[in-house]
Amino acid sequence: MVETQYRFRSDEPVGDPAVTVDSFGEQTNASAVRIEPGDDARDLLPFLSRIKLVEVNFPGFGDGRGYSAARILREAGYDGELRAVGDVLVDQLSNMRRCGFDSFAPEREINAADAEAALARYAEVYQPTTDGRLPIWAKRHAGK
Amino acid sequence: MYQYDTYDQALVDARVADFRDQTRRRLDGSMSEEQFRPLRLMNGLYLQLHAYMLRVAVPYGTLSSAQMRMLGDIADKYDRGYGHFTTRQNIQYNWIKLDEAPDILADLATVEMHAIQTSGNCIRNTTSDQYAGAAADELVDPRPYAELIRQWSTFHPEFNFLPRKFKIAVIAADTDRAAMRLHDIGVQIVRNAAGELGCAFYVGGGMGRTPMIAPLINGFVPLDQFITYFEACLRVYNRYGRRDNKYKARIKILVHEIGKEAYTSQVEAEFAHLLTQNIEPPIAELERIKAHFADPAFEVGVPDQVDRSDPDFALWVDNNCVTHKQAGYIAATISLKPIGGIPGDASSDQIRLMADLAKEYAFDELRVTHAQNIVLPHVKKADLYALWQKLDAAGLGTANLDQIGDIIACPGLDYCSLANARSIPVAQKISERFAAKAEEIGELKLKISGCINACGHHHAGHIGILGVDRKGVENYQLLLGGSEGADTSLGTITGPGFDEDGVVDAIEKATEVYLAHKQGEERFLDTYRRVGMAPFKEAIYAPKTTQNGEPAHG
Repeated sequence: MVETQYRFRSDEPVGDPAVTVDSFGEQTNASAVRIEPGDDARDLLPFLSRIKLVEVNFPGFGDGRGYSAARILREAGYDGELRAVGDVLVDQLSNMRRCGFDSFAPEREINAADAEAALARYAEVYQPTTDGRLPIWAKRHAGK
Repeated sequence: MYQYDTYDQALVDARVADFRDQTRRRLDGSMSEEQFRPLRLMNGLYLQLHAYMLRVAVPYGTLSSAQMRMLGDIADKYDRGYGHFTTRQNIQYNWIKLDEAPDILADLATVEMHAIQTSGNCIRNTTSDQYAGAAADELVDPRPYAELIRQWSTFHPEFNFLPRKFKIAVIAADTDRAAMRLHDIGVQIVRNAAGELGCAFYVGGGMGRTPMIAPLINGFVPLDQFITYFEACLRVYNRYGRRDNKYKARIKILVHEIGKEAYTSQVEAEFAHLLTQNIEPPIAELERIKAHFADPAFEVGVPDQVDRSDPDFALWVDNNCVTHKQAGYIAATISLKPIGGIPGDASSDQIRLMADLAKEYAFDELRVTHAQNIVLPHVKKADLYALWQKLDAAGLGTANLDQIGDIIACPGLDYCSLANARSIPVAQKISERFAAKAEEIGELKLKISGCINACGHHHAGHIGILGVDRKGVENYQLLLGGSEGADTSLGTITGPGFDEDGVVDAIEKATEVYLAHKQGEERFLDTYRRVGMAPFKEAIYAPKTTQNGEPAHG
């Protein structure tokens, strides 16, 4: 198993193995699940209360379905760990954070200095997502 | 026009630093070309046949004179003294060095410009009507909506790795001058029965190898919900668009395969969900943007006539200028299609001259058109003759808007690594062959693509040309009857293709058929639609005859 390189949470990491979306409903004692690009994240919504870890796999960085999966889970109120795994590259970290990912297990280790710079680079954003950052339009019209 | 505040500027400045860092990592070898490719593409940097090409975004085609001047200066400083205006209202430079690309972005950022998302499988530059804010027939100026879309789509974290590129156009007039229904999403600003403004959404149009005209999926989305509607449209596409075959990955294929009804119902469900997420900018933000697009200080009571005593000038006025909403003003198109020239190219001196003329005569504004020309949107009629004389002296006074010489052409095999055939030499030959007859032929929109990706919009040309590779030889297919206006239609292939000279001959025959069958004020397209393909096909493929009527040999 690939190690988690970055984790932006203070709770204890979940040790349970992640099961597939298809089998998660039947495995009533499972608390970790892995979403592949073709899976529908909404299939997990009935089980959110017992999920502690969702891994979203990026077999190739160019397949962006995992970003929608992450936002859908966060929008539904999921507040457990959301981990991006697979072909996760430094230049995707910031967008993944904004879509709700809070841990990263890249196949190839990311240079720590580059990661820090990438995560800090964009101080302003145009879109509200579930990461809590205020979009530019909210700042422009704050208090009005 | 829109001006950045500190927030907009901060984003663009951060992008310069970001790309400088990415370029550094590529040049020092810590990033592979495979990893760098999508990053540079998302910043408009392509590796072409001979060099890097940089595509700079011109949001909804609007430029200030300071921005235009910078485009000219960049052409001198980093390229070979010219730039190429594109069918998506952008500009491309063809001879860029990778290590200088970050410096170009830094220069652009000083005039509130960038190359963000001008390529890659993300939301591209939003285009619009080149006469926005000037057109007599528009409901409202569409550009504030396009600007709000620009901000929403810039670095949208969910939509950077879509199945394929994504193009949006916004118009606000019934006469469509932006090929709106040939975009992934086309929006028309409309007014409902209650008198409120809203957005009509057309989704799933496009050109490429499977041209499709976008169907209407929602006739009225209120202005305080339309960004949320965009987000719903994009999320459904991001989740369900095909990723198994890049030629079937555009949203038009998804809409076509699952059907307009199924796609629409998925969008509506996602829309209902996203409305609960409060992602819509407040109407106050749209109002803030609208204030930037207030009318310039038009003079009232100025003469509404033009002195037509110079016949060359009168011809240019008739062909290249359109009615303005303000009495005493006119919108003038500068043709970048001189006889025998390269469509859409302008030298650095010409670019700077157009910038100066915009400052002097057009309230500091210019527009890039999707037909690869430049518009000065607000010219006082009393100044028009002086303006034309300066344009004409610089080779910018060609009076051929929408005529056979006003050709749309992609860069083709002279530059593009995707092309199968050259486009530019064909355009040049056509331009020269028909220069003397163009006025008699009248409106004839001719469009050339050098491969099936259709960057030259050949499907939508009254006459379209598609360059293909046939066993290693360039071959040109001819299409008739396409249109991109309110009467959008796709062209039909005449039959077997031609070599470079053969396709020019075939076009000549087509124009002869038109002139022989023309009734009244019919344009080429009208005659074609009335009489059909048969007489054109017959003339184009008739056996060659010698002067005494005998079939020629060889």
